Amino acid sequence: MVTALVSTTLFVVLIGLAVTQAPGWDRTSRTFFSVSVAVDVLPVVLQGLWLNIRVLAIAAILVPTIGLGIALLRTLPGPVFLPVRLFAIGYVDVFRGLPLLLMLYLIGFGIPALRFEGFDPSAFWLGTAAVTITYSAYVAEVFRAGIESVHPSQRLAARSLGLSYPQTMGRVVLPQAIRNVTPALLNDLVALQKDVGLISILGLYDAIRRAQIEVATTFNFTPYVVAGLLFVLLSVPTGRFADAVNLRAARRQQAGVA
Amino acid sequence: MSDLLEARRLVKAYGATPVLRGVDLSIAEGEVVALVGASGSGKSTLLRCLALLEPVTDGQVFLDGEDITDPDIDADRIRARFGVVFQSFNLFPHLTVLQNICLAPRRVHRRDRVEVQARAMELLDRIGLADRAGSYPDRLSGGQQQRVAIARAVAVEPRVLVLDEVTSALDPMLVADVLGLVRELATQRRTIVMATHELGFARQVADRVCMLAAGVIIESGPPSQVLVDPVDARTRAFLGRVAQSGRL
Repeated sequence: MVTALVSTTLFVVLIGLAVTQAPGWDRTSRTFFSVSVAVDVLPVVLQGLWLNIRVLAIAAILVPTIGLGIALLRTLPGPVFLPVRLFAIGYVDVFRGLPLLLMLYLIGFGIPALRFEGFDPSAFWLGTAAVTITYSAYVAEVFRAGIESVHPSQRLAARSLGLSYPQTMGRVVLPQAIRNVTPALLNDLVALQKDVGLISILGLYDAIRRAQIEVATTFNFTPYVVAGLLFVLLSVPTGRFADAVNLRAARRQQAGVA
Repeated sequence: MSDLLEARRLVKAYGATPVLRGVDLSIAEGEVVALVGASGSGKSTLLRCLALLEPVTDGQVFLDGEDITDPDIDADRIRARFGVVFQSFNLFPHLTVLQNICLAPRRVHRRDRVEVQARAMELLDRIGLADRAGSYPDRLSGGQQQRVAIARAVAVEPRVLVLDEVTSALDPMLVADVLGLVRELATQRRTIVMATHELGFARQVADRVCMLAAGVIIESGPPSQVLVDPVDARTRAFLGRVAQSGRL
């Protein structure tokens, strides 16, 4: 632990020295790493980040729910469910293929243009919907891969005990499927954390948009660096959480006694 | 003795490939029936069709006089009355040994949790694995896993216990434990239908042996007859090959 800490610190210091020895460092440090500018803009950028976090919180609940739903529809067996499977396939094909930016324009500007009576969602909700629809398509495919990774003999064993299809899914297949794809899901969550900021094109002020405004007024790039650091800080816990979850699952299955 | 399980003119084909070509088989309550025959003769397929794990192509299967191949039947309800043990154990790796055994009694048969767990512990005690109740299957040997799989099948109090080559995936050292457990079950007046390559074992525990070849039962009778003095030339050839490999 201590050795690792020392070697890591040393590594960072060496890289730092190499960069600060560069001829243009003086100027670069003033325009990108100005401490005074950073302190000035931090509250504004944080205020923007709060928007990212709110959209993220909503999407992080809706995306896995819808994604799992689509994956379950797509893996329904039997000819009766062909239309349902086709719907699920169509959903994934369309929304995974459409660029998120385009989705934001289509939903963010298209839906208000329809002028529905009594239905006037804010840009915040329209943006969140666009992000959710797109990411659900990705996550549906991750869940489907997980479901298909569970060996058919597991279903056979479950059915042989008299478990119904929903019971087999819920108690035998999904617990194993979700465990298999947890790293991939959390990876998508990190990607989502960064992409929610795109809703700023609908006129909302997220962390990067706030930073951009500050850059435009101060002619200093430090606000971008501040925003970038905040995004990194936001994603680190997700990564560590993913590692912890996987480690725990692996340990549990290999331990003699639960 | 009335027939508990009966197959009539059972046909099963995968696409254009016929696997079962009209099997007739009646199993009485408390009877132990061993299906023998070369690999590919249709033993496993027959077991799966009987336990409703595969749709049959033609013919009927009756359980307690009810036609269970009727497409309108509640298949889950019927499957719940079979206990199936597979060659490759198929325990649920995300559940502990105890949870594996309790799953169906709790969720399918809706029995009381405390009662189910007590019964499961009793079964585990009998197979000598009570101390492994909280373990995950990966931590058990193949023989232990297969005994747990048998306990899981028995825990649902099945009308028929279906054993599909339960020792084929085990190393020879572990076979004896599993066969010992099957022998114990056979003496409890349980109805058992099993596919096996262990002919010596079949001779000891089975009331009746059915010889399958190319998707039909070519010979059926008490083990002392079918496995010792067979009528059909194909059975004789099969026994000869098995004897050569030293498994009889």
